[in-house]
Amino acid sequence: MVDSIVSAASVIAAAIAVGFAGVGPGIGQGNAAGQAVEGIARQPEAEGKIRGTLLLSLAFMESLTIYGLVVALSVLFANPFLG
Amino acid sequence: MHSFLLSKIEVGSHLYVNFSDSLHLHGETIFVSTLVVTTICLFLILGTRDLNKVPGNSQNVLEVIYDLVKSIAVTQMGPSYYSQFLPFVATIFLFVLGSNVAGALIPWKLIEIPSGELAAPTNDINTTACLAILTSIAYFFAGLKIKGLGFFKRYIKPAIFFLPLNIVEDFSKPLSLNFRLFGNVVADELTVAVICSLVPILIPLPVMMLGLFASCLQALIFATLAAAYIGEVIE
Repeated sequence: MVDSIVSAASVIAAAIAVGFAGVGPGIGQGNAAGQAVEGIARQPEAEGKIRGTLLLSLAFMESLTIYGLVVALSVLFANPFLG
Repeated sequence: MHSFLLSKIEVGSHLYVNFSDSLHLHGETIFVSTLVVTTICLFLILGTRDLNKVPGNSQNVLEVIYDLVKSIAVTQMGPSYYSQFLPFVATIFLFVLGSNVAGALIPWKLIEIPSGELAAPTNDINTTACLAILTSIAYFFAGLKIKGLGFFKRYIKPAIFFLPLNIVEDFSKPLSLNFRLFGNVVADELTVAVICSLVPILIPLPVMMLGLFASCLQALIFATLAAAYIGEVIE
């Protein structure tokens, strides 16, 4: 009984972790990409440099989502609360 | 151990090679990472055996890699110190790149093993933890070597009450490096596996391409961050 409650709570916790971890980085990546497009429109000759920096910073923001994913995975597959 | 099975997608199951009751290895991780290291070593040795003024094919590839790694090291650590830590950064970069690409390109699913599955070595959190701890050791070593005991002044900068934050940072740096690499690799493989279980033909291909791209980017990011952490303590 306790185990099934913990399992259900773990699934919900995993869903919430991934869901909310997507929100912040989504906003941040949108901002960054928008600013990059603006920069390219203003200065088309700097496109290569802007693209490189953009990809690198997007990957950094992506890693915040990934932390949520890691928490969700550990709750689903290696749950420390199940006996 | 309790685990959820969703159409044969497993996380955290390994092929254990037991030496004794308490000592065991993850067989598939050791196998694939040995393969990756051997391939990289052979490629580097054979590619640099006869260097010419006009580079051939493999020498061209190696020069591009060297330029990339060197530019990472120079931008993060400055032109006067980079050469001491270039081998470390290059090793990290090549190993992570090699293992990510090996996991993404080689069709490991064709080879059946008793438990777990062959995949990228970075798919196992122990590999990435090892890389992250090596990075920690490297920046402590770099700081102590170049600054001597003045290295510890960095803990009370910019003011004395930053001390706990700076100490916590020493633990959070390897942790975030570790989770970033592990999570990205596992996320790529999970996405491909889930889409393959829904539509097995043609649809997963663009996702696989994205995964390959992200794998290369993760190698670049891991090397950049390792170089940045070293650069931070020696500046």
